[in-house]
Amino acid sequence: MSDSSAAQTVLRVEDLRVAIGRKEIVRGVNFQVGRGGTLGIVGESGSGKSMSVLAATGLLDAPGAVVTGTSTLHDDDGAGLALTSATPKQLRRVHGNSIGFVFQDPSTSLNPLLTLERQISESLETHRGMTRRTARARALELLEAVGIPDPESRLDSYPHQLSGGQRQRVMIAIALACDPAMLIADEPTTALDVTTQAQIIDLVKELQHDRGTAVVWISHDLGVIGQVADEVLVLKSGEAVEHRETVSLMDHPSHAYTTQLLAARPVLGRVPQPADPAAEVVLAVEDLDVAFPVSTPAGKKTIHAVDSVSFEVRRGHTLGIVGESGSGKSTIANVLTGLVEPQGGTAQLGGTDLLRVRGKQGRGLRRRVAMVFQDPFASLNSRMRVGDSIGEPLTVHRLPASGSRSDRIRELLELVDLPTHFASRYPHELSGGQRQRVSIARALALEPEVVILDESTAALDVSIQARVLDLLARLQSELGLTYLFIAHDLAVVQQMSHDVLVMRNGQAVEQGAAEQIFDDPQQDYTRMLLAAIPPERPAAV
Amino acid sequence: MTDPTPTPENPTATDVEPEADGRVAAWKLLAGNPVTLFSVIVLVIILVVALLAPWLAPYGVNQTDVTRALQSPSAEHWMGTDDLGRDIFSRIIVASGTSLQIALVSVIFAFVIGVPIGIISGYLGGITDTVLMRCVDVMFAFPVLLLALAIVAILSPGQLTTMIAIGVVFTPIFARVARASTLSVRVEPFVQVSKTMGTPGWWILLRHILPNITGPVVVQTSLSLAFAILSEAALSFLGLGIQPPNPSWGGMLFDAQGFMSQAWWMSVFPGAAIFVTVLAFNLLGDGLRDVLDPKQRTLAEARRKA
Repeated sequence: MSDSSAAQTVLRVEDLRVAIGRKEIVRGVNFQVGRGGTLGIVGESGSGKSMSVLAATGLLDAPGAVVTGTSTLHDDDGAGLALTSATPKQLRRVHGNSIGFVFQDPSTSLNPLLTLERQISESLETHRGMTRRTARARALELLEAVGIPDPESRLDSYPHQLSGGQRQRVMIAIALACDPAMLIADEPTTALDVTTQAQIIDLVKELQHDRGTAVVWISHDLGVIGQVADEVLVLKSGEAVEHRETVSLMDHPSHAYTTQLLAARPVLGRVPQPADPAAEVVLAVEDLDVAFPVSTPAGKKTIHAVDSVSFEVRRGHTLGIVGESGSGKSTIANVLTGLVEPQGGTAQLGGTDLLRVRGKQGRGLRRRVAMVFQDPFASLNSRMRVGDSIGEPLTVHRLPASGSRSDRIRELLELVDLPTHFASRYPHELSGGQRQRVSIARALALEPEVVILDESTAALDVSIQARVLDLLARLQSELGLTYLFIAHDLAVVQQMSHDVLVMRNGQAVEQGAAEQIFDDPQQDYTRMLLAAIPPERPAAV
Repeated sequence: MTDPTPTPENPTATDVEPEADGRVAAWKLLAGNPVTLFSVIVLVIILVVALLAPWLAPYGVNQTDVTRALQSPSAEHWMGTDDLGRDIFSRIIVASGTSLQIALVSVIFAFVIGVPIGIISGYLGGITDTVLMRCVDVMFAFPVLLLALAIVAILSPGQLTTMIAIGVVFTPIFARVARASTLSVRVEPFVQVSKTMGTPGWWILLRHILPNITGPVVVQTSLSLAFAILSEAALSFLGLGIQPPNPSWGGMLFDAQGFMSQAWWMSVFPGAAIFVTVLAFNLLGDGLRDVLDPKQRTLAEARRKA
């Protein structure tokens, strides 16, 4: 695949610019992809990576956006088509037929009202003029190719009957339905678990190998890019700062921004500052049981979200809880914060059982466990100023007893490295990282003993994630906090945790000291999770 | 661990944002939108006219003069006269007070009863939700006018009865809108966060749920004001609202229907009065919704600065 540059060019983009109003979002980007080659485009959110590719393929649908530059598609016919100046009719012929798209969110990119067969055959019927029956046969073939188990019966199922990974496979099947000359994958694995991510990467590589499709893979994750791409284009504020062959870029980044991106990326092998092993146990959870009733076609049944899980956390320590989505790790957080009622078990916090207290006493206890949620956008009330959000727990608990509330809010903002005048801003005026800092400040307002961090950095860009993780580590050592660190990214978990609990299907698969879990995993499942992490250096292709 | 720098992640983003003290008052933003400004001016004019109607009206509302019946608009009678020779312009401006009063009181009634029912029902869920919503469903099952007719029939027609009838009929609509929005807001992470801090339910309802459902509720309010005016007109048209000879827009339309071909002004001017008022309320609702949403508001503020 390394000779892809010599191969026939499929898409050539020259001096592409996108402007919205007076603001230029993409400033002169050049790239080309050859048959069978993969171009990785990396950058942080807002760097214009999706915008460039959408503009280059004529799919940009932003009001008032002005696209200049050229983007030429050479598909199998050989004739070049200028995509930036093509008419809507020409574009419709190309989209789906010569260019396939896979987007980030597999749960919303499929139409919930159509069966898989209809979704796949749609483009076949429009572009290839296939009859319903031949299209169905082709759809079956595609489902098989993307590795959907039992494709025959799956043809008539609806998207909600599939898992996230399977939906993304279906998206890929749809994108490949007409055997396009090129595939655009916009953060296709970001919403997936590491193990599923690894499978999707393998799938795309395999399909590419078989069909010689040119791939443009957009991601903020250099680890993923390192695995899939032959060449990497690094974008910063709409400009290409570096464009090189993958392995040499990873080994010898020439631009400071690339170096920074590489350094910020969570990699295995970093460990937190050691904590006092003799510290007292703050939180002891025993035999926790949580079940939800669910309605299935086969009738009502209960799902055991957490099945007799026990663990304890010592003061100043971090317990990392890892597992794939649906493993029950967030349910543990919700039980400890009182959002979900458990069926059984105890959670001792300094002598009181968190799960058995009610009323006023319960409210007092709520102060001692705080939680930071994943989504920095949704976890702040968009109609409340930042200061009011941070101050809310203080008001609810009638604190502080002495001194003024606004002083305390200022103090909390300073604690998370935010300027104090942010108190009068609204959340949407802040960046994702700043919002997450506000969430942390709010969690710390009541001086909790245990802070639950539920995927708290998962939605952030790598460089911002690195800074927020640093902040969390500093707060832990300064305030002696105890963390419950829930994450799916094992590298981040290793960086933060002293102890680790691995969960699968509601059960604790393995638990112990972090070094032991990472260096000498006992269970196959843990080994599989570790193996699915993208390696620090790109795989030699 | 490296020492984190105290600079925020994205210092460039702060340059374009308004400063902490750069907030623009809500009314200034409202006034900045020409459509909203227009609707506010129209409503203020209607309100002033309604309040000053007894002094503004050039003729008495029931001053009949059969010799001057069915005259077309002229300098003397701006909007012509009706079949009894009454001045239509005078009757319209006097009726505007009655119409506005009925609309406002009935919508406030529906809002005050309906919204709390809706948010409590949506937030608590379970059996409370089921019971409250079934009651609302029963109210919903009656056609609006039929229910209003029943209430008016029981309580004998008049202005107060009309208000109660329209208010009761609109209550389930507010409850429904508030509940539907509450259902989507209550699962938002910021509500969950608040719950984990031990925040009492009433606090969450007031500080988190209510402000976040203002968009749909405000739109519903402005639409309801418009519909209340129409309902009042409809009830008066059917003879169950404002009783003749007191003027009302709907009653005037009723009187006009027999003279459609001879006197267009009898129906057009009351109709236009209803149309303009209803439109103004709707446009005001749209403007309010934008100003009450902080995101839209920042955009509007940025536009003012640019």
